[in-house]
Amino acid sequence: MRNLETSTEKAPKPKKEKEPVVEWLLAAGHRACSGCGEALGAKLVMDAAGPNTYVATATGCLEVFSTPYPESAWRMPWIHSLFENSAAVASGIEASLIAQGRDKDVNIIAQGGDGGTADIGIGCLSGMLERGHNILYVCYDNEAYMNTGVQRSGLTPFDARTSTSPSGKLSWGNKTNKKDLPAIAAAHHIPYVATATVGYPNDLMAKVKKALSIRGPKYIQVHVPCPLGWIHPSDMTIEVAKLAVLTGLIPIYEMENGVVTKVRKIGKNRRPAEEYLKVQGRFRHLFAKGADAEEELEKIRQIAEANIKRFGLV
Amino acid sequence: MRKFIEGSMAVAEAVKLCRPHVISAYPITPQTHIVEHLSQMVADGEVNAQFINVESEFGAASVVLGASAAGGRAFSATTSQGLLLMGEVIFNIAGLRLPVVITVANRSISAPINIWNDHSDAMAIRDAGWIMLFAEDNQEAHDMHLQAYKIGETPEISLPVMINMDGFILTHAFEGVDVISQEEADSFLPPFKPAVHLDVKNPVTMGVLAEPQWYMEARCRMQEALYESRPVIKQAARDFKGKFGRWYGDVIDTYRIDGAETVFVAMGSLIGTLKDAVDDLRGKGEKVGLLKIRCFRPFPGQEIAEALKNTRRVAIMEKAFSLGASGILGDEIKAALYATPYRPEISTFFIGLGGRDIPKSSIVNVYNQVKAKQQNNVFVDLKTELVK
Ligand SMILES: Cc1ncc(C[n+]2csc(CCOP(=O)(O)OP(=O)(O)O)c2C)c(N)n1
Ligand SMILES: [Mg+2]
Repeated sequence: MRNLETSTEKAPKPKKEKEPVVEWLLAAGHRACSGCGEALGAKLVMDAAGPNTYVATATGCLEVFSTPYPESAWRMPWIHSLFENSAAVASGIEASLIAQGRDKDVNIIAQGGDGGTADIGIGCLSGMLERGHNILYVCYDNEAYMNTGVQRSGLTPFDARTSTSPSGKLSWGNKTNKKDLPAIAAAHHIPYVATATVGYPNDLMAKVKKALSIRGPKYIQVHVPCPLGWIHPSDMTIEVAKLAVLTGLIPIYEMENGVVTKVRKIGKNRRPAEEYLKVQGRFRHLFAKGADAEEELEKIRQIAEANIKRFGLV
Repeated sequence: MRKFIEGSMAVAEAVKLCRPHVISAYPITPQTHIVEHLSQMVADGEVNAQFINVESEFGAASVVLGASAAGGRAFSATTSQGLLLMGEVIFNIAGLRLPVVITVANRSISAPINIWNDHSDAMAIRDAGWIMLFAEDNQEAHDMHLQAYKIGETPEISLPVMINMDGFILTHAFEGVDVISQEEADSFLPPFKPAVHLDVKNPVTMGVLAEPQWYMEARCRMQEALYESRPVIKQAARDFKGKFGRWYGDVIDTYRIDGAETVFVAMGSLIGTLKDAVDDLRGKGEKVGLLKIRCFRPFPGQEIAEALKNTRRVAIMEKAFSLGASGILGDEIKAALYATPYRPEISTFFIGLGGRDIPKSSIVNVYNQVKAKQQNNVFVDLKTELVK
């Protein structure tokens, strides 16, 4: 993999002693595609949360690839109910544990894909955030309904080609911008909202740990590339994830009590939007010849520019 | 203790006695009073439960699903559009084999929007895999809640139970109800010991993906559990009678059926009116009786066939029907009889839809019609001038 940055995340110091074998809480051997960003994201979240964690998962790739009966990749109490209710199921788990006096020193995580979270599940999510449950909601944002074959969602980026927002003679792909779900979550006046990415795993894990140390509802949106849906080589997942950040298209930040308290600066590592777009088949149509395509690319540059201004990324 | 209370309060009092851990519901007429009473009880510290206000019935059903999966006793109540909005979760709760109890204050389905009683809501989710009980009056509704948890939580059964009671007619009616004491309730209904539940000490995976080589078996096990629940439902009714002396039938009940040439069949509060009508007709020398269906799912086909075997005519009175097909009870009863040598003449009637009043005179009319000749899917008291 190319080194994308001059100042990378601090590499962990090499350990002298042999590390004990760790049992991943989301065990290996599941059916995710190679290079799946969501599988990696979920593994990191679970490792950060630890075994004393209850997990409610929405329908979607994550649920499907991890629990084909009689197998399960989950080494923690885990439930899947439906596509749009993991936040409400987790709310019920929390209430039940409290009523039974079993809520001490445990975490509760509700999770789902971008579709299950931002679209069909936004009602249950809003209810959970509003009610003040002590639950962390994690949205794995692979920017489309991947489990059903890459249809657009409310978090699909502008001009991305999906199976329901195809490019064509009259179309440049998805006509809408990403819904600002972290801002919607923050508008519930919850204590902690963060964005993260599998491109920066230590940052993601630190945010999960921090979120779980705070009482009340928390929301983390993790950007997770999907090699199949985004159409990039499966060994480029991390690189693509980093490029999303370094172009300013995916801002990484924390909001505490509604205020942005921390952003991941991109500074002089900033990359032009095209560098992120051109490695993905879902944006290939933007690189056709002609003034029209250039106009579309300019719109995407402006999205990056707006993020950079809004969050002070450089 | 005997109290003069609203039907909704009779339910709330019963739910309180069941010591639920989590209650979650959403307002909809005519269910709302039930959860209003319960939220007051929680606010006053009379019920030591978590009361979760939600953004929709879909959320409420999902909350009680999660609560039950985590090993708690969970309760919700709804009706009509609320039950339909819960629909997806209703099926899922049963598939996950979670013994949630939901009270449905039966109401019609929109459009046209109508807040009054019939059974269209419950009938719409009849294939979801729930045990479905219908209460005849508020005392039965009160008592049924204790039985419901006992039945659903039986480890071999592990199924949700829906208690149906007619909206307004029962939920808003004030009448005397013997409210069970907490000690008596505790001695009847033990704490919930889930067969499987979410626990960090013993992690399990619930809600798996079942591919074609597994799905059929899971559904077959549900079907078996529903059939195996019949003796459990009967036992709960007998145990209840043993402890409290009250009896409403088990999966069915009969009234003055001996020697009856014509037997009415119905569910819910209509049973009360029908008992009066039967008494009147018997007083006039007419040979009539009544079959009450108390448990609609699992469908007590054998018990019904047995009860109707000596009858010449059957008049099935339904508060719902399958649009584009016919009466639901009617078809199921005919199917049950087909497996036996008994062939009474069966007439089917749709009655009281959308809350239309059912006076005794309407029942006498029905009786006269079936006595004259067999009738199919007749809308009782239809204003024919409006549908021509
Ligand atoms: C009510 C309902 N509607 C639609 C579906 C079909 N469905 C299952 S998963 C899915 C897409 C999931 O997308 P997302 O939440 O983004 O998760 P991903 O698979 O991308 O990780 C859809 C549309 C469903 N299961 N339930
Ligand atoms: Mg997705």
